[in-house]
Amino acid sequence: MSGKTLSTGQVENVHKQPRSGVILSITAWVVGLMFVSPVLWMILTSFHSEPDAATNPPSFGAPLTLEGYRSFFESGPWPSLINSVMASVVSTLLVLVLAFPAAYALSIRPVRKWSDVLFFLLSTKFLPIVAGLLPIYLFAKKVGMLDNIWLLIVFYTVMNLPIAIWMLRSFLAEVPSEMLEAAEVDGAGLILTLRKVVAPVVMPGLASAALICFIFSWNELLFARVLTGTVSQTAPVYLTGFVTSQGLFLAKVCAASLVVSLPVLVAGFAAQDKLVQGLSMGAVR
Amino acid sequence: MTTTPTKGAGVATKKPARLARSGDWARRMPLLPALILVFFVTQLPFVFTIGASFMNWNAYYPDERGFGGIANYKTVLTDPSARKAIWVTVLLTAAVVLISLFLGLLIALLLDRKFFGQGIVRTMMITPFLIVPVAAALLWKHALYNPEYGLFNGLLTKIFGEDAPQPDWISDHPMWSIIFAIVWQWTPFMMLILLAGLQSRPMDVVEAARIDGASPWQIFTNMTLPHLRPYMELSGLLGTIYVVQNFDHVFTITGGGLGTANLPYYIYQTFYTGQDYGLASAAGVVVVILTIFVATVALRTVFSIFREEQR
Repeated sequence: MSGKTLSTGQVENVHKQPRSGVILSITAWVVGLMFVSPVLWMILTSFHSEPDAATNPPSFGAPLTLEGYRSFFESGPWPSLINSVMASVVSTLLVLVLAFPAAYALSIRPVRKWSDVLFFLLSTKFLPIVAGLLPIYLFAKKVGMLDNIWLLIVFYTVMNLPIAIWMLRSFLAEVPSEMLEAAEVDGAGLILTLRKVVAPVVMPGLASAALICFIFSWNELLFARVLTGTVSQTAPVYLTGFVTSQGLFLAKVCAASLVVSLPVLVAGFAAQDKLVQGLSMGAVR
Repeated sequence: MTTTPTKGAGVATKKPARLARSGDWARRMPLLPALILVFFVTQLPFVFTIGASFMNWNAYYPDERGFGGIANYKTVLTDPSARKAIWVTVLLTAAVVLISLFLGLLIALLLDRKFFGQGIVRTMMITPFLIVPVAAALLWKHALYNPEYGLFNGLLTKIFGEDAPQPDWISDHPMWSIIFAIVWQWTPFMMLILLAGLQSRPMDVVEAARIDGASPWQIFTNMTLPHLRPYMELSGLLGTIYVVQNFDHVFTITGGGLGTANLPYYIYQTFYTGQDYGLASAAGVVVVILTIFVATVALRTVFSIFREEQR
């Protein structure tokens, strides 16, 4: 991202107006803290005992305990967590395997009317997926795929495929054609060309696409809820069934929500710049 | 963005003519698996939905299944709860996108300066977007909004003492409760894209304008905003596509009650609980028509952004 290197103009500006600069910096900190505070509260509550978590006024300094995490993990979340890992990781890999050749055929060796194909792929993202809920459910029921994690894997793959193709295409389009021609003249085969010329340019794109596909399939709730049952339910579905319990449950819910969000938090923090590219389907670098 | 049809043609002419036909297929092959999958999983079901929307089809009454004409559409457009769902969808989407776009712009402007802890603040800002939506909705419903032990009322007690007002946030303002929970997650999204836009500004031109005596406000309205316009459109439209389809927050925070059921929730309920397949399909078609309305604008914009990048 070009933004990392701030131009001298901005730096000078800070020196020119020190007082308003300080106020703006403090405002930025306050706003950032406001946005993150619900998460901080969730983390703190998850380490409180249930009675301490449900007090009014809040007991910020209550003793810390792992009780919430213990009761979450004792409630049997592992099958759903493993299902979620399966669904998001396998579908992300499938997306990359399918999207790379497709993006290649839309940029480096473009088919005729490649822009129409791109347009079609994008238009599928504008079709609300909820309109396909019933047919997909009935189809799954008919072929006996309900409550089967592979149905979700296929669905998530297709759901994310257009985004990944768009992104990868925008990266592949940056491979200089002179270099491809030079490689051809030098007699480099397809594999060698892919490895030496294409891969360096497209690797960041693959990473962004993988990140965003992983997040979207990890987060998905509606289809997972309708298409899975007790065997193949994913972590978000497991979370929705969590609150029906009677009595105090706040610490447990906060612990559960954090555990389920952890993979996305880790991946997102580790690749903040990739997040922007992914979210804008490669339009913003 | 350098690929243009002319470049593709240039590569093609290098090949011997007799190979042209097989070359066509060699070019298409890598594309086909993805295209076929997308077609079968996203397009075919929709054709089925259109068909089902004209049928009298309730799974509870299998014997009465048959052609129903436009009866389902009449229901969707006249039934109070369905009409309400359309209205809620429009309101929810417009409110969330406009508020988070506005906040996202303000915060992006705040972060587009060098200051102590810039990276930390940016990371803090991104955090809400990285919480799984269902988990975020649970957090807002139980840990923040809850009238007895939620943080909001807890802080009111802490500040104003025992007599502090203790509103029941969700019951009193169900729509706003949902809107703010979603805004909290989508503002970082808008901020990220707008910040990337701000940082791609040609600073030498801005600097020249400043030397020529332009005020910060003039620079903002005449240079920054026009430069940001495509980024605002892109983030607004992508946000619209995702928020129109919101299910998680409505499902978790109010369970579709208190007049907050949007179209995705209405479809889910009609199909899942009511088992009225015909009506659910007609509602699905209505959502699609609504989004096509937005999409025609959206597609044009997105394409203009990609084209701009090509230059």
